[in-house]
Amino acid sequence: MAVLPLGFLAPGRVATVKDIIGGRNLRCRLTELGFVAGAKVRVFQNQPCGPVIVSLGDGRVAIGRGTAQKIMVEELSAS
Amino acid sequence: MAKPASVIEMAARKVVALAGNPNVGKTCIFNNLTGARQHVGNWPGVTVEKKEGYFVYNGEKVRVVDLPGIYSLGAYSEDEVVARNYLLSGDAGVVINIIDASNLERNLYLTVQMLEMGTNVVAALNMVDEAEVRGIKVNTDKLARILGIPVVPTVAPKKRGMAELVAAAMQETMKSREPLKILYGKEVEEELAKLEALIDKHPMLTAKLSSRWLAVKLLEGDDYALRQVGKDILQQREESIRRIEENSGQDAESLIVEGRYGFIAGIVEETVTRRKTPEERLTLSDKIDKIVTHRVLGIPIFLAAMWAVFQFTFTLGDPLIGYVETFFEWLGGLAGAWITNEVLASLVVDGIIGGVGSVLVFIPPIFLLFLAISFLEDSGYMARAAYVTDRFMHTLGLHGKSFIPLLIGFGCNVPAVMATRTLENKRDRIITLLITPFMSCAARLPVYVLFVGAFFAQREGLVIFSLYLLGIVIAILMGMLFKTLFFKGEQAPFVMELPPYRMPTLKGTLIHMWERGYSFIRKAGTIIFGVVVLIWLLSNIPFGVPVEQSLIGRLGQLMTPIFAPCGFGTWEAAVALSFGILAKEAVVGTLGVVYGVGEEGLATAITQYFTPLSAYAFMAMTLLYIPCVAVIGAIKRETNWKWAGFAVGYTLAIGWIVAFLIYQGGKLLGLG
Repeated sequence: MAVLPLGFLAPGRVATVKDIIGGRNLRCRLTELGFVAGAKVRVFQNQPCGPVIVSLGDGRVAIGRGTAQKIMVEELSAS
Repeated sequence: MAKPASVIEMAARKVVALAGNPNVGKTCIFNNLTGARQHVGNWPGVTVEKKEGYFVYNGEKVRVVDLPGIYSLGAYSEDEVVARNYLLSGDAGVVINIIDASNLERNLYLTVQMLEMGTNVVAALNMVDEAEVRGIKVNTDKLARILGIPVVPTVAPKKRGMAELVAAAMQETMKSREPLKILYGKEVEEELAKLEALIDKHPMLTAKLSSRWLAVKLLEGDDYALRQVGKDILQQREESIRRIEENSGQDAESLIVEGRYGFIAGIVEETVTRRKTPEERLTLSDKIDKIVTHRVLGIPIFLAAMWAVFQFTFTLGDPLIGYVETFFEWLGGLAGAWITNEVLASLVVDGIIGGVGSVLVFIPPIFLLFLAISFLEDSGYMARAAYVTDRFMHTLGLHGKSFIPLLIGFGCNVPAVMATRTLENKRDRIITLLITPFMSCAARLPVYVLFVGAFFAQREGLVIFSLYLLGIVIAILMGMLFKTLFFKGEQAPFVMELPPYRMPTLKGTLIHMWERGYSFIRKAGTIIFGVVVLIWLLSNIPFGVPVEQSLIGRLGQLMTPIFAPCGFGTWEAAVALSFGILAKEAVVGTLGVVYGVGEEGLATAITQYFTPLSAYAFMAMTLLYIPCVAVIGAIKRETNWKWAGFAVGYTLAIGWIVAFLIYQGGKLLGLG
């Protein structure tokens, strides 16, 4: 399976986090929130512009589009 | 000590701190524990709010310190720095860590960090009822055993588990506990061992910190840890980081965060049973979100919610404003009758009671607005509103989160400025602070009503709306300008938790409203009071002369030529604008006084001094120029005098330029 930015996933898709590309600050913030390698996320809302809503554990998180492009994920399944 | 002392006078020797992620019910537990006995202040040196209270346990007074809601003990935001410094200070004997039972994974990250520091922690597993509804069950005993700390299930709004929580916390307080040791994998552990060995050679360090914790923090690149150690250790750190990257292909920091999450994932695996995996589960919250954050429906729903907030605030608030006005008139009359000295009577009645009163009449709508906003926040909708508006806010170089202060600004700019605290990033905070005063607050409305009634009788609604729009457009332009001017390139990641929807409790919402409203009243009592007296002095020196011969009248005459190109080059207009700095609606009252007609004859009086065009320019000026004293004070409190001064200067310039363009442009088009 290909690794692609989280921002490209359609709603309903589930993926695992592979890597975060970006500066130390961004990586630090995202990993501390739980976007670590291996974490499972499901996309709930992904519109042409505006933030992406994903599940992270049992919580829901809105991530800015720019930030979502820096979270590299591997798609798991289509549901 | 034989001296009998009441519990209240007793100094509290035991201190409990409350820590937890945002939106886990921390405030609710704080209120349950302390009741009304709380005090809101600021943490030293920062604008993060510090809440303290106390409770009595077995006849002993216990102080409770509420730490800001944080996800981690890093140094990402002021909140995190405050919380970490506090925990390191050792002031608290025990920390009650509030954990959302339905989101264990995220919440335990903070818990684990505190345990690594060796802090005494009691976990309150909150909202267990909500978790069970969502099909999540946590094995409390097992969790307690693995973490090695007491875990108490609680339901804060129903006050369930509070007594057990307090008892557990009191038992843990002052215990000395071994720091939790998480194994970070071979590559990291090898280097940690070297660092620890080196740290152990410095008894100064090991006296206050655990060497393992310090070593881990050093590899994480933590500022605090880096400042503690000397050159030898820093050198070893550089070397270790390089080696870890060489051997594992990953940077040390990521490995450590991942290690912690790995440890937590193990705990969750062991202790949580779910009906469905989190990725499959679609909660009621998700279903609501599908509609509320819908790409088409989201914006109308958001607009409807905002419309409801304003209807609620102003239909309920307007009659209440009348009552407050009547109260201050009554108070003024009473004081006037009591004080025989003419000068003193004028100071008290016109100056203090009139001036402070003119600001305090806004208490009803401000409290109602805060009530509505607290309700939206506590219910979870505010985070969605930020989501919906993010797209639009991006054009200003801001995030959706900045939208909330701007919205509050339509009610009153003071709480709007205070609301910028929720923004994590300094750049976002300052841009938002600087453009907030252009949101046309309720105090500007009386000015519009007067002028529009006199000059634009058939098109009142449209003209007033155009002024609100003008404010928004100027705010957008300024936001874009500041983005490119001051803060080029800096962009904070937008990551925001969307808490599940909840029905807010009445008590919680009321307390929330009160905290915010009270800081407004407090401000009215200090800064505004001072300025009120100053302006009274200016308009009454020398005493007994008509306003135009007083200091402020002469000042007004000096300013007249400045405003002439804008179409309102009269000393009366200049004086009215000067008083408007006190409170924007004072412009109306001042015009009434200087024209000598009172508020009743004002609508006819102004038609002699203004044309429709200059009236519009004057309204634009009133909207845009210098924010009122209370706002300037609030900006200063959130930043410093430099930014407050800048806000005063640049808004004055913008106001003048816009009024000039309107008047001169209008004249060119033959409107004047």
